[in-house]
Amino acid sequence: MIHGPHIDWFALAAVNSLLAAAALALLSAVLVPGPLRRPVAASLCALGYAAATGFAIALYVRSPHGHGVVVDAFRRDRLAELAGIILAGSGLLATAISYRERMREHHGEYYALLAAAGGGMLFFVGTNNLMTLFLGLEWFSICLYILCAIDRDRLGGLEAALKYLVIGGFGSAVLLFGSALVYGATGQLGFGAISAAGHAHDSLLVFGLAMIIAGLAFKASAAPFHMWTPDVYEGAPTPVTAFMAAATKAAALVVTLRLLVTAFPGDAHLWTVALAAIAVCSLVIGNLAALVQKGVKRMLAYSSISQAGFMLIAVSANSNLGARALLFYLVPYAAMSLGSFAVVAARERELGVPVTFENMAGFGWERPLLGVSMWAFMLGFAGFPLTGGFVGKFYAFAAAYEHGWTWLVIVGVLATLVSLYYYLGLVRAMFMRRTEDLQLAPIGGSPPRDALLQTAVVACLVVTVGSFFAVQPLIDLARHAANSLSF
Amino acid sequence: MTTLLILLPLAAALVIWVLPLNDISAGALALLAALVEVGLWIQLLVRYDFAQGGLQFAQERAWFSDLHVSYHVGVYGFSVWLVGLTVVAMAAAIAYGFWVGRDRVRAYMGLMLFLSGAIVGVFTAQDLLLFYAFFEAMMIPLYILVGVWGGPGRLGATLKFVLYTMAGSLLMLASIIVYGLSQNTFDLTQIGQSSSDWVFLGFVAAFAIKAPLFPLHGWLPDAYRESSPEVAAILSGVVSKAAAYGFLRIAIAKFPEPVQHYRAPILALAAIGLIYGSLLAFRAPDIRGVIAYSSLAQMGLITMGLFAVNDLGFDGAVLQMVNHGLVSAALFLLAGMVERRTLTGELTRLGGMARGRPALATVLITTGVIALAVPLSSAFAGEFLILAGVFRQGWGWSVVGAVAIVLAAAYVLRLISAVLHRDVGPAVSDSALDLRPAELGVVVPLVACLLALSAWPAAITEHSFRNDRGQTDVSQGFK
Repeated sequence: MIHGPHIDWFALAAVNSLLAAAALALLSAVLVPGPLRRPVAASLCALGYAAATGFAIALYVRSPHGHGVVVDAFRRDRLAELAGIILAGSGLLATAISYRERMREHHGEYYALLAAAGGGMLFFVGTNNLMTLFLGLEWFSICLYILCAIDRDRLGGLEAALKYLVIGGFGSAVLLFGSALVYGATGQLGFGAISAAGHAHDSLLVFGLAMIIAGLAFKASAAPFHMWTPDVYEGAPTPVTAFMAAATKAAALVVTLRLLVTAFPGDAHLWTVALAAIAVCSLVIGNLAALVQKGVKRMLAYSSISQAGFMLIAVSANSNLGARALLFYLVPYAAMSLGSFAVVAARERELGVPVTFENMAGFGWERPLLGVSMWAFMLGFAGFPLTGGFVGKFYAFAAAYEHGWTWLVIVGVLATLVSLYYYLGLVRAMFMRRTEDLQLAPIGGSPPRDALLQTAVVACLVVTVGSFFAVQPLIDLARHAANSLSF
Repeated sequence: MTTLLILLPLAAALVIWVLPLNDISAGALALLAALVEVGLWIQLLVRYDFAQGGLQFAQERAWFSDLHVSYHVGVYGFSVWLVGLTVVAMAAAIAYGFWVGRDRVRAYMGLMLFLSGAIVGVFTAQDLLLFYAFFEAMMIPLYILVGVWGGPGRLGATLKFVLYTMAGSLLMLASIIVYGLSQNTFDLTQIGQSSSDWVFLGFVAAFAIKAPLFPLHGWLPDAYRESSPEVAAILSGVVSKAAAYGFLRIAIAKFPEPVQHYRAPILALAAIGLIYGSLLAFRAPDIRGVIAYSSLAQMGLITMGLFAVNDLGFDGAVLQMVNHGLVSAALFLLAGMVERRTLTGELTRLGGMARGRPALATVLITTGVIALAVPLSSAFAGEFLILAGVFRQGWGWSVVGAVAIVLAAAYVLRLISAVLHRDVGPAVSDSALDLRPAELGVVVPLVACLLALSAWPAAITEHSFRNDRGQTDVSQGFK
């Protein structure tokens, strides 16, 4: 008779509700007749995410002191739960954005995978040892590989999925190998135990650490591990891209923070520099490449690389302020990413062709709500006031300054300046072209009514702008979450 | 009270954007909001205790406490005048935009009101980060206002404008972070003085581009030419004053030592800008070019007054900020009115418009005469004080300034004669009307303000600083 460990089911409730939603949605693909399949599967997925959000909030409230559950493989603390709230909220919005996507079949599978991916991410942000780290990573990655390819009618979808699979698989392998090296050096899997056993000058450990960072940077799509990002973001169905840009990056960055701070505090002098270098690379490469893009999705993909750079600045500060900066920034960042891709999705459904700067012309005046929202998202990415992006960047820079890296502040400021060109370029395309410039090729009829997508965009707008005004409550949440880590 | 001044236009903007109003009611509502704003400002002016001076009508709330950033607004004597300039010029600009009938009225009026709220915010913010937020928030409506409603070259003009100004303001952001975190507060009334040259230069970069100072004025001619006249009026009349205000309130007041180090180079740039701008204004081929380059010159003069760092210089600079704001707003609006009748601003195609158009001639000449600083005008008082102030830093500066005043007379008189006198130009048709009553209603208040200031310049010079001692206020960092 084997005695299983004690399991705190409440701590896993958010993850499990998403798994349950995934299972039910998958069943609906078989049991529910065709026309009803999409609404049923989508509502199951949405319910799963709503429940996960609720559980994550409840867990946040009821876990003031973080502790390990399931033989310390998983942390129940406010860091995980705050990330969980952000992820589950993103998933809910992604579900709303997905609903009207032009897709002929596989609705049940789509929502099942979307829920399962969210479950994997919620699990991922709570991981507390190297096994669960890899498990969580693969869990949501495999779901995303399939989601990218699920719409077989979509040109480039399969290519994107294959690229993501190969490069993502490579990234996972690097992470796994790094984990093996760390295990070899310390004989420990748990993050806390690695920290206790760690030898700062053990080259095996340092190699392992470097490979783990690289593996996580693949997922966060930070340069120079970003090669897959533009193609995958462009090829995947736009709602999936929205979800990946917001949630995958958030999960990867939170785990990077947790892993480095709890498992490798003794090597902080190494990984802070490494992260700063990755941040600078991301800022430079992401911004310069975004300047020359013609497709809006590709531009947003490169912009997400540069945003990863800004958030890595916060992580690299290795301080409570840095953690707060990251957690705060993730809120408006997730909203802006979801919102901007949602607007792209709306335009795509209207035109039936990939969205470029050219065919965004006049969009702002035709669909003022979406246009103004997109304007706000672009300003937010560029760090303008009246959006949470401004406060997030300010916090990230403040963390870098507090760490003594004024040069990093300067790099960030210059990157922001460069980024204005393409963010405002999109605003220019939407609002400032004369009607003669418009080359519209609508696929017929008036623009599809899409109340769900518009609601999602408005929600993103509210979060983007609201996080500028309600800094204090959000930063309090972030501080409690950051206090789960010991700096 | 101060918060109300900021929020009223923002709230009106939201109402106009959200409610499905028709063109007339949207414009009327915007104008009403702008006039109520003027009324509020008059309240502020009456209730501000000039005898006591210092920060009044202050309101404070924590924004995010862990980094000691707060929403803190309030007004000093000189900010009362700058807020007044803002609300009066904005009301005129909105009225003009309403009368001309811009496309997409709701979007347009909403953005104008938004801009108005942001500018008032800049002049009243008492927290560095809040100041920055308002300073940047000005850019959001300006970008769209120039880019959508501007002339044919508007796309290039907006791009240049945004990249120039943002380059400066992002350097300022870096400075704000370093300064605020090192002093452990962002509150302008509490933050101590700093001796860091780099931080000072970050602020100077932002303000020098916004003003603009020579040689950072590359964005200026295009932005002023391509935007619609009322937006150009606000840009040169009011937005540029945000930079001068920043020099006074932050750069000079908080960085006494770096000011000593960099005074000579900054004065030199200001002086070069003054002469260079005046010469370019004299050579400019169109009305807007003349006003645009004269703005460059005037901002140089104001900067000279500020960096004289003494009572006379500060008084003169504040007076001249208001003067120039009113003058250039009025001139740009008049330029717009002329262009509307002739479809061109080229001086060679204009001329002879005075004949049969007495109102236009009277208003333009009155404004022009004040602009060229004839004795008894408010501009004369301002420029005299600035020259007297900067004289203490070396008589050479005053000589440069005096030369520039002569040049100002030359370019203003050239402008007046090219538009009003000489033979009737090819673009001027006999059917072009005199100023309509509505147009008079827009510019006459601005000119009336100028005449009032000419009659009593001491209204500003003696009511800007505590006990009329600008230098004391500044040396204490406006605590």
